[in-house]
Amino acid sequence: MARPNPDEIIINIEHLSKSFGEKKVLDDINLYIKRGEFITFLGPSGCGKTTMLRMIAGFLEPTEGVITLDGKNMVGVPPYQRPLNTVFQKYALFPHLNVFDNVAFGLKLQKVPKDEIRKRVSKVLKLVSMADYEKRDVSSLSGGQQQRIAIARAIVNRPKVLLLDEPLAALDLKMRKDMQIELKEMHEKLGITFIYVTHDQEAALTLSDTIAVMNEGKIQQIGTPTDIYNEPVNAFVADFIGESNILNGTMIEDRKVKFLGQVFECVDEGFGVNTPVDVVVRPEDIVVKKKLDGAQFTGTIKSCVFKGVHYEMFAMTPDGYEVMLQNYRKFDVGTEVGMTIDPYDIQVMHKDCTENVFKGVMKSSNKVEFIGEVWECEETGFEPGTEVDVHVPFNKVDLEDDEKTTTGAGNVNFLLYKGNHYHLTIITDMGYHVYVDTNDVWDKNDMVGIEILPENMKITKR
Amino acid sequence: MTYTGKKIISQAYLWFVLALLYAPIIFIGIFSFTEAKSMGNWTGFTTQLYTNLFTGSGRSTSALIQAIQTTLIIALVAAAAATLLGTLAAIGIYNMRGKRKKTIEFMNNIPLVNPDIITGVSLFLLFTLLHFTQGYLSVIIAHITFCTPYVVLNVIPRLTQMNPNIYEAALDLGAKPGLALRKVLLPELYPGMLTGFILAFTMSLDDFAVTFFTRGSVGLETLSTYIYADSRKGGLTPELKPLMTIIFLLILVVLIIVNIRTIKNNKTK
Repeated sequence: MARPNPDEIIINIEHLSKSFGEKKVLDDINLYIKRGEFITFLGPSGCGKTTMLRMIAGFLEPTEGVITLDGKNMVGVPPYQRPLNTVFQKYALFPHLNVFDNVAFGLKLQKVPKDEIRKRVSKVLKLVSMADYEKRDVSSLSGGQQQRIAIARAIVNRPKVLLLDEPLAALDLKMRKDMQIELKEMHEKLGITFIYVTHDQEAALTLSDTIAVMNEGKIQQIGTPTDIYNEPVNAFVADFIGESNILNGTMIEDRKVKFLGQVFECVDEGFGVNTPVDVVVRPEDIVVKKKLDGAQFTGTIKSCVFKGVHYEMFAMTPDGYEVMLQNYRKFDVGTEVGMTIDPYDIQVMHKDCTENVFKGVMKSSNKVEFIGEVWECEETGFEPGTEVDVHVPFNKVDLEDDEKTTTGAGNVNFLLYKGNHYHLTIITDMGYHVYVDTNDVWDKNDMVGIEILPENMKITKR
Repeated sequence: MTYTGKKIISQAYLWFVLALLYAPIIFIGIFSFTEAKSMGNWTGFTTQLYTNLFTGSGRSTSALIQAIQTTLIIALVAAAAATLLGTLAAIGIYNMRGKRKKTIEFMNNIPLVNPDIITGVSLFLLFTLLHFTQGYLSVIIAHITFCTPYVVLNVIPRLTQMNPNIYEAALDLGAKPGLALRKVLLPELYPGMLTGFILAFTMSLDDFAVTFFTRGSVGLETLSTYIYADSRKGGLTPELKPLMTIIFLLILVVLIIVNIRTIKNNKTK
């Protein structure tokens, strides 16, 4: 994306990092936010999105980096001097004040004349459809009403930027949907910049002009909702946003990619020849027919669930891949179907890596240390102290239930179903990443033991 | 046994226990209306002892009134100081994490269960060691010391119930930290601080052991040390009887008010 003209940028974040003790929560974030834009920081819990918001608000100071607002450096400026306001996750209304006094709190501190306070408060209460509630006790209001008051309390101060920290998380589904529409309308009416933090991808897609998808303290992708949905840059984004089939593939040459045991036409170029890639196909983009002639691949329907608007089905291909389908038509379990995918609906992504490569040091000719543990390996003939790379294929890492009997251990941080196996990201206690392909079912945050057999390591001198 | 039989026995037991608890106070209440020197003698109804108490006439009422004044001043000052210290300490403890928090909370609880006599003697030794003149000030300091944990204990639950973001919300709306503390945090903590204050006040009011050891030799008498000294001289000052009755009735009234308020509060919520 071309960088817009400087006066169109309201907030600029450069090389922003934050650590709590040893733990790095945000890692070198660079981001600009345009004036009047609705931007969402989207990611799973612990990805750093709330930390980033709290640093913009001024409740936390960055370990490194700069946040500027209208060109002015905000680092070190206390929250009560920043021209922005926050809507907190659990509303954080002042329980001892009534609705009017809650909303008027900021204006009173600014010493705004009394009759102007009255005017502005009733105007903003009308905007959030709470005009008749001025004298009510906040504890007597429902969750949705409290949320409206929290929004009113923030926008009455006419902030340059409104920060919203998962503001709808505590509401029920119907209420959440209604509030989403209202938020969007409010954003259009007010014309101020909204920064919204959520783990709800549906809200992010509905509301935002721009989405920044975050994971493990880094921005994975930033773009418009359609860009992010249609052209995810990596498997994490594809998996996090919407439903998707993420499969291992090989880019045979430009515009030809092989996956599900078939060669498909696609529109991607420049990946080289015979390059391993990740392929994303949205379940609604797979055309399903009862007719098998002319189909690119076939399968048998294994399950079929009605989801309201569409049916969600899983088909098993003859090669043993499971594919998710979404269709308005129902196909009964056991039906043999033919499927095709339009070249434009195939999204090809670079793989971050195709095998584990650990940096290690030889302890003796048949012992090597990497990811903080000492492992047995085959006789290498290398001197102790030699720096080496240890290559381990994804499917040669063994996982065990009991982490006490294995050499390594870690937590399942991310899992991805790839049609016929799971691709796991394990983070060890010392923060190293180990990638594993397995047919066994593990859950996120499971503690697992890691074992790598000597014959599965390929050790090369660095 | 029949149902009514059971009921009568359980009722009787309840009234028996209540009678046992309240008999001494009722006894004092009744005998505060007679002038007899020794307890149990009834020499005819009179309110003379009450008059003596309020006018300061009578054999040793002036000393008694002096002691009451001292007691009230000490209790008020100690409770106020303990409320301030305890509230700030509670905010500090609430913001701690993990082991540190547990340790400090535990250390706060030790003085609560520590026998008064040990607190008294140890404070006495400390003051002597520091060559601190013992008198009014040392007693007040000693009372603040044992009252503060009660305030901490009453304020921490208010903090835990509170939405952790409201202080930040006040900052966010433009309040400086001091103002945010006053406008948002204090109103939230106020009920806990009030209970803490009342508790500290009553603890100070009826303390004997700590006062006895820390008052030095300047002749400072609080109500409890006065009664102790008085009874050793032989025979209590008769005006103590109406005083006890009044204190009991005052506390009864305060308790009833507090209870009614809690019931009302629960209804509105």
